[in-house]
Amino acid sequence: MSTAELSAPRGGAPAAADGTALAAHARPGNGLRTWLRLLGSELRLMFRRWRNLALLGVLVVLPVVLGIGLRVSTPDGGGGGPNASFFAQLAGNGVFLSFLALTILLTLVLPLVIAVVAGDSVAGEAGLGTLRYLLTVPAGRARLLSVKYTAVVIFGLAACLLVSAVSLIMGAILFPIGPVTLLSGTTVPLADGLLRLLYVTLYVAAGMAGLAAIGLAISTLTEHAIGAIAAILVLAVASEVADNVAQFAVIHPYLPTHFWLSFDSLLRAPVDTTTLLHGLLSFAAYIVVFGSIAWARFTSADVTS
Amino acid sequence: MSSGEVASAPAVRDDAAPGAEAAPHPGAAPGPGAAQDAEPEPAIVTSGLTKRFRSGQLAVDGIDMVVPRGSVYGFLGPNGSGKTTTIRMLLGLVYPTAGSHSLLGVPMPKGTVQVLPRVGSLVEGPAFYPQLSGRDNLARVDAADRTADPGTAKQRITTALDRVGLLAAKKKHYRAYSLGMKQRLAIAASLLQPRELIILDEPTNGLDPQGTREVRGLIREIATGGITVLVSSHLLAEVEQICTQVGVMRTGKLVFQGPLEELRARGSARIRVTTSDPARAAEVLGKLGLADVTAAETEASAALGDQAPEQITRELVYAGVPVAGLDTPRPSLEELFVGLTGEGFDVDG
Ligand SMILES: Nc1ncnc2c1ncn2[C@@H]1O[C@H](COP(=O)(O)OP(=O)(O)OP(=O)(O)O)[C@@H](O)[C@H]1O
Ligand SMILES: [Mg+2]
Repeated sequence: MSTAELSAPRGGAPAAADGTALAAHARPGNGLRTWLRLLGSELRLMFRRWRNLALLGVLVVLPVVLGIGLRVSTPDGGGGGPNASFFAQLAGNGVFLSFLALTILLTLVLPLVIAVVAGDSVAGEAGLGTLRYLLTVPAGRARLLSVKYTAVVIFGLAACLLVSAVSLIMGAILFPIGPVTLLSGTTVPLADGLLRLLYVTLYVAAGMAGLAAIGLAISTLTEHAIGAIAAILVLAVASEVADNVAQFAVIHPYLPTHFWLSFDSLLRAPVDTTTLLHGLLSFAAYIVVFGSIAWARFTSADVTS
Repeated sequence: MSSGEVASAPAVRDDAAPGAEAAPHPGAAPGPGAAQDAEPEPAIVTSGLTKRFRSGQLAVDGIDMVVPRGSVYGFLGPNGSGKTTTIRMLLGLVYPTAGSHSLLGVPMPKGTVQVLPRVGSLVEGPAFYPQLSGRDNLARVDAADRTADPGTAKQRITTALDRVGLLAAKKKHYRAYSLGMKQRLAIAASLLQPRELIILDEPTNGLDPQGTREVRGLIREIATGGITVLVSSHLLAEVEQICTQVGVMRTGKLVFQGPLEELRARGSARIRVTTSDPARAAEVLGKLGLADVTAAETEASAALGDQAPEQITRELVYAGVPVAGLDTPRPSLEELFVGLTGEGFDVDG
């Protein structure tokens, strides 16, 4: 036997083991239902925030402005780079306004939206002090984190769907609409084209979910939401810049933003599944790695705010 | 326990009185409360609980705390003495760097999910979403609780708001609440569910005397329901009337713990003689074997020890000391408290 001082802290170990055993059959209540209740509360908080609504408002206004602008200037191969084909197609089919809007907003505006909600998710609660009250309820650290992440992903999905929907409507109003000529030259019926638009939107949302995981991890590191938001945005932009520098070609496939625009694989017949799969795997890897970082950090950190 | 020192001692709750059985220092007793199965386990037991922050700051230094069931425990200490850090550790917000603790007999922080639903708390002031109303804020807190029944949420929220007198302001935005209203809302949040233990960190912070009285009344009311309450404060006077137990912190250490009467009894009485011949009186007191004899211009005094004042009076008169007055003052609780915590303006550490 060692001295009492030495044995006292160790005495906690067997007792703690008992605690786990007790906790295991402590609360048989429906876990999923209570999880969904917390998610509902989280979404209500998120979608009722004036700032978040303003962001969604921007996502409505920008495709409208873009559509009107392009209609007025009669697009004929106006832009260069990856957008060129969409510009070219737009005059013949309004559906392409959606692809064009997604492509353009993906460079800055959509990442900004994700940065704001993801950066705010944990850091915002910590800064406000509400985190300590949620945790003493107890909301459960891992449980709260999973709810937070899910809510951010849902917000990102809503943002992408909003851009697609608004630009589709604008495209239909301002441009002719009909069977869609794919980038590979094949023409598919409008219904098929719209289905592809849905897949494209979901793919973009998956890319945003990858960024959201990075954002969540950053958000657990600080009590300053603004700092977290700025860090996420800087990271996304830096990744995009690096992706455009030929000298960094080696790291391109590992950049979080590298596969964002690969959704054009869906607009070919047959669909370029290899690139698509690479993209989805890249997003999944970011979700797993940064989700784990967020979890490890959040479940072990002192909450002193 | 040498209680009964002052008749107006705070109404010690029947079931709390035996709480004295829990020695201030449980030492390395492994299974707290295991010895006596008749007594329920204490609501809070800590053993060598320590927190050293990454900055190197030793905020809490190996405290052994026992809060008996059903007691109202006044957790006292000056600014920066480690009260909030201790409370954060108790609630699993901050992880101890050494030591262990249990709440309601459940080891923490392993038992967080199991035990915290039965613990209501207010930590370091209220914190809510400014853009939501008081009611919606409570709904948010309730939604996070996996043990809460959503069907009764509305009812429970209304009851909690009513208990703290906020029902009329339930639709007001939190940002429009006064400080007192915010504090009340935080207390309401701790009352959303039936609790066995309520931990309130400086619940009267920022309240006016009226609000302080009300909060005190609320705590008393909670305690009469058999709920254990731990309430922190840096003022003894603020909690003296409602506490059955006190723990006093100083620079991270628990320098006193026990029933309030025990703290009172700690103050050793002196005998003070008012006389025109203090030198003579001091001489007599010294001859009687009293310690710490002092003589001033019009009085002489000494530590009373275990001597009877009657006997001393007789000796003084017999020795021809002109006794104009004689009393046996004890230090007030406040003086004892200040003696424990120090008086300096500078925070320690
Ligand atoms: N996150 C932190 N990092 C480093 N030191 C800290 C941290 N939080 C608290 N401390 C230090 O720990 C000590 C105890 O602080 P604590 O907040 O527990 O005191 P307190 O008794 O609640 O004081 P008060 O009456 O002012 O609320 C202080 O010296 C404080 O500076
Ligand atoms: Mg404090």
